[in-house]
Amino acid sequence: MAKTTNKVKGLSGSLGLGARRVIAYVFLGFISVLCLFWFYVLLVNATRSHGEMTLGFTPVPSTHFLDNWKSLMESSLPVIRGMLNSLFVAAASALLSTYFSTMTAYAIHAYDFKLKKFMFTFILMIMTIPSQVTALGFIDLVGKMNLEDSFIPLIVPTIAAPVTFFYMKQYMESALPLSLIEAARIDGSGEFRTFNSIIIPLMKPAIAVQAIFTFVSSWNNYFTPALILHDNNKKTLPILIAQLRAADFLKFDMGQVYMMIAFSIFPVVVVYLILSKHIVQGVAMGSVKG
Amino acid sequence: MQKKSKGKAVRYNKWGYIFLIPFILIYVVFQLVPLFTTIFYSFFEYYKSGLKVIGPNFVGFKNYIDMFVNSDIPVYAGNTLIMWILGFVPQILVSLLLGAWFSNPSLRLKGQRFFKTVIYLPNLIMASAFSMLFFTLFSENGPINDILIAVGILDEPFKFLSSVWGTRGLVALMNFLMWFGNTTILLMAGMMGIDTSLFESAEVDGANSTQVFFKITLPLLRPILVYVLITSLIGGLQMFDVPQILTNATGDPMRSSMTLIMYLNKHLYSKNFGAAGALSVILFIITAILSIIVYNVSNKKED
Repeated sequence: MAKTTNKVKGLSGSLGLGARRVIAYVFLGFISVLCLFWFYVLLVNATRSHGEMTLGFTPVPSTHFLDNWKSLMESSLPVIRGMLNSLFVAAASALLSTYFSTMTAYAIHAYDFKLKKFMFTFILMIMTIPSQVTALGFIDLVGKMNLEDSFIPLIVPTIAAPVTFFYMKQYMESALPLSLIEAARIDGSGEFRTFNSIIIPLMKPAIAVQAIFTFVSSWNNYFTPALILHDNNKKTLPILIAQLRAADFLKFDMGQVYMMIAFSIFPVVVVYLILSKHIVQGVAMGSVKG
Repeated sequence: MQKKSKGKAVRYNKWGYIFLIPFILIYVVFQLVPLFTTIFYSFFEYYKSGLKVIGPNFVGFKNYIDMFVNSDIPVYAGNTLIMWILGFVPQILVSLLLGAWFSNPSLRLKGQRFFKTVIYLPNLIMASAFSMLFFTLFSENGPINDILIAVGILDEPFKFLSSVWGTRGLVALMNFLMWFGNTTILLMAGMMGIDTSLFESAEVDGANSTQVFFKITLPLLRPILVYVLITSLIGGLQMFDVPQILTNATGDPMRSSMTLIMYLNKHLYSKNFGAAGALSVILFIITAILSIIVYNVSNKKED
């Protein structure tokens, strides 16, 4: 791999601009196909019946989309319930996480206090500590608080989200002049009211980007929910996917299996395609440090 | 005047603490306390045997010693590292190449937004569903085998999931697909930040684009590359969803794709808190060291 990359680079160095562009487009085309191919097969197979699939793969969609949908709805997996559970947990997490992370960032950005520097450093230090390493204590705590099979331990902890905080802090540095806060004070606005009625509206673009990211990571989260949710009525989509994987595979109608995967993947894909411009920009912005 | 505004500022500054209350409260309850409980249990014999709960009895460092003696943890650590490297090497190479192309002003690639949208897409896909998809696509009678046989590459279906390197390869492929778009965007942002006059003067001096890339772009990107490497390693240590679903939590064949977090998850499920605690603490220490490196790298960049 390294060798070919060097070779491409070496070649492109001596080649003309046109040739280099062709190489770039060919490679980009290849890599795009590599990214999209799997979803294309998924889409095609979700429209084909079990019988058709045993005959081999064809790149053309078939007509059994609705049949597969119906058999998924009639299956023993509570998929609609799972979808609603996932939706609720993800939306509530996005809401709480962005609101309180903005508040935390505002505390560090707008005020001068003794522990300010310490708190900022502290939050940056804990930013990369994964939740898995404290999962043992976490489920122990959830058990003691009697919160198993509850959504609270999945939603409330997102209030302390160092990554979201960091993004908000960066955004404030570029978009929130302290003079504005001063002006609000002169107008007699209380600090809490200033935050809610002036700062939050100004932070809307950053909040939107982070709300999407929090939503998606909560929607996709499998590790923690699987340890906390055991009741069938409370399970989220990733847990149902794992259940599908664990079930005896041969008993399954493959059309139904593909439909279930499509059901979990495509809502996020559609939302992503609508909002992609903001999301890609958001990733780039979060990375530009200092 | 200055004195007055200072006095005013002090009056307001208590609000800094007030606005920090939710973060601190939630962090302490749901992160810090669990961290201490985790450390605490790591020194106890505490597990479930059938329906009987044994312990907690204080055993000192026994759980830690058990981790390294008569244990498969070193094997699982090796699996995790191997699958991470298999995914990371192509990821960083492709990302560097794409980042260089996207940020090269003389190349003027069209459709950049389309390509960026496409390569970032797999990052947002539910990892467990993506893994389930790969499981069905690469199964013995799945479409990939159908296609490979139809075009004549294979004579009979290849059992990807019965092969050690087939399974590890699939995990690495999924990790590569899910993360190279993210890395490309990070590196590109870094490359755009390089002072263009450096490129211009290099060109005047007669450097070709290969020399520019290796002599100017790469050295200046070093802080971002280190950042990407370490954060990816931290992410790699957390590898769970993809191999868990792909192998149905078994880590087969012969547990060659069992990762550290899959093993931790197994102990958490069976309420084997002593062993799980010791493993968590070791993972915590490793990630804490890596985090300090990340912190120092990102801070140096600001100087």
